[in-house]
Amino acid sequence: MATKSTTIAPQSPGNQKVKTGVAKHLSEYWMLYLMMLIPLIYYIVFRYVPMLGNIIAFRRYRAGSSIFGDEWSGLKYFQQFIADQNFWRAFRNTLLLNFKYLLVSFPITLIFALLLNEVRNVRWKKFVQTVSYLPHFISMVIMAGMIRELLSTSGPINSLIVSLGGTAINFMALPEWFTTIFVVSGVWQGIGWGSILYLAAMSGINPELYEAASLDGANKFQQCLHVTIPGILPTVSTLLVLNIGSLCGSAAFEKVFLLYTSTTYETADIIATYVYRMGIGSGNYSYATAISLFQGIINLVLLTAANQASKKLTGSGLW
Amino acid sequence: MAKEKVTTGMKVKDSTGYKVFTVFNTIIMILVCCATLYPFLYLIAQSFSSEAAIVAGEVNLIPKGFNVQTYVSIITDGKFIPYYWNTIVYTIIGTSCALFFSAILAYPLSKPELTANKVISPLIIFTMYFAGGMIPNYVLMNSLGLNNTVAAFILPGLISTYYVILMRSFFETVPKELEEAGEIDGMNKIGVFFRVALPLSMPIMATMALFYLVQYWNDWFDAFLYLQDTSKWPVAYYLRQLINSATSTSDPSAIGDSMQIAANIKSCAMVLTAAPIICVYPFIQKYFVQGMMLGGVKG
Repeated sequence: MATKSTTIAPQSPGNQKVKTGVAKHLSEYWMLYLMMLIPLIYYIVFRYVPMLGNIIAFRRYRAGSSIFGDEWSGLKYFQQFIADQNFWRAFRNTLLLNFKYLLVSFPITLIFALLLNEVRNVRWKKFVQTVSYLPHFISMVIMAGMIRELLSTSGPINSLIVSLGGTAINFMALPEWFTTIFVVSGVWQGIGWGSILYLAAMSGINPELYEAASLDGANKFQQCLHVTIPGILPTVSTLLVLNIGSLCGSAAFEKVFLLYTSTTYETADIIATYVYRMGIGSGNYSYATAISLFQGIINLVLLTAANQASKKLTGSGLW
Repeated sequence: MAKEKVTTGMKVKDSTGYKVFTVFNTIIMILVCCATLYPFLYLIAQSFSSEAAIVAGEVNLIPKGFNVQTYVSIITDGKFIPYYWNTIVYTIIGTSCALFFSAILAYPLSKPELTANKVISPLIIFTMYFAGGMIPNYVLMNSLGLNNTVAAFILPGLISTYYVILMRSFFETVPKELEEAGEIDGMNKIGVFFRVALPLSMPIMATMALFYLVQYWNDWFDAFLYLQDTSKWPVAYYLRQLINSATSTSDPSAIGDSMQIAANIKSCAMVLTAAPIICVYPFIQKYFVQGMMLGGVKG
């Protein structure tokens, strides 16, 4: 289509054609533009208007005022949260929880995918995959309910501890346990789903490479090291970029919100839950928006930096 | 030469090494399956057990004091089912609208000849990396007057950018010749989409249907934010309230026994809520694995 219009254009002389270039494009494709009209309006109203709504971080917002606030307040709310101990606690917890989860889950998921790729029996492999995807499909509400059941003082884990001669631990109320609970349950829920993209990348590796490697005398382990891993490296680096880019992000919000209690704020309260409590909970909309805008900007910077680093190191990035 | 000897020597050794690895690998896979299934089996066992056995902490993987009474009472007491019904209705409406609007966005985006896409695509992808936070969204919903309406539950997740990109990647693989043949047969571009491209895109549509279905079925937070009216709650949110109320021990009247009855009901409600999706996804597994493959992770 594009080549067609460029070959026709030189034949038709003059000014008139420049104008009809757009008109011609529209007359040919207006239906496709019409098709995406409603979704585009959706994006404007429900994605871009809230994005602009971040302006209330700099403006005073009261319940009932316009969504862009009433009057300018400058950097007042930013100065406030920078002096807020609870903000820094949430900031630290966000980074720590995300980082620890990434540190544990990223290699485990990769290793699981590599091991699963070595399973030769197709039906067994598919069964393992099906089972491992299961936790991804359940609601975070059920996930949190399960965690509470399993860790309750009369639950199976505490029964085991007691039968081994220990004393029952009230896991959910102790701040020192929150990170462990968060990371372990996250791995449990994410290991199977996280491996899909790796398995997809592995299935895209040319089988001749393995044949050539084995002719060269490479054993299975060496094949994995020199064929499989280089083959999935672009996927690994892209996922790592995304993960690093969201280190300060709110992906954990629902889970933390459902699992934390006021006694575990010390290690559990993250930026998103703090924003919720400050904003919707106590009505400090502008203050909460200032915090979440700050977080959003950090995420954007982190993502861009990770992307640049990935481009330099592996030659592939997100954009 | 020496190298060759070493490698052939290694090959023989490796085949036993590989056998050991296979056994080891199988054990790991069995362990992964057990660890994944254990919480589900525990929940199911609890849901079929008697209150007394749960109080005594006797229930693990096998139900003690087997009974289906909890299920019967949960289904017949009229408290649980209305929420379940709400979820079914919201999920059907939400999933069909989400699928439709995502598809009619993704299809034009898959056409490189649409010059405006050079601007539209980056603007859409940008929303994945930077967004209005929770508060501006909340403020917007309220100022649109959507508070306490079902629309407030459906609209926030209506079009997922990531899914649109997956769909776009799939639509790019639809053979151009078939679409052109459709146009020669007198169809317009919208007709080509519905009658040529869409029927060829069932794998991605099935995948997206599952993803949106899961999203709406499991969503509770938008209900928590916007639906004050109890009768409008989806089951996931009701479940959250059930779990929360049963675990708050601050109420002195909630003595041990009644708490354990709640544990029983909780398990039943959780099993019933998770069941439909658990029954559906294995049948679409082939498609969603393919779908995820096609899209990759790139924007």
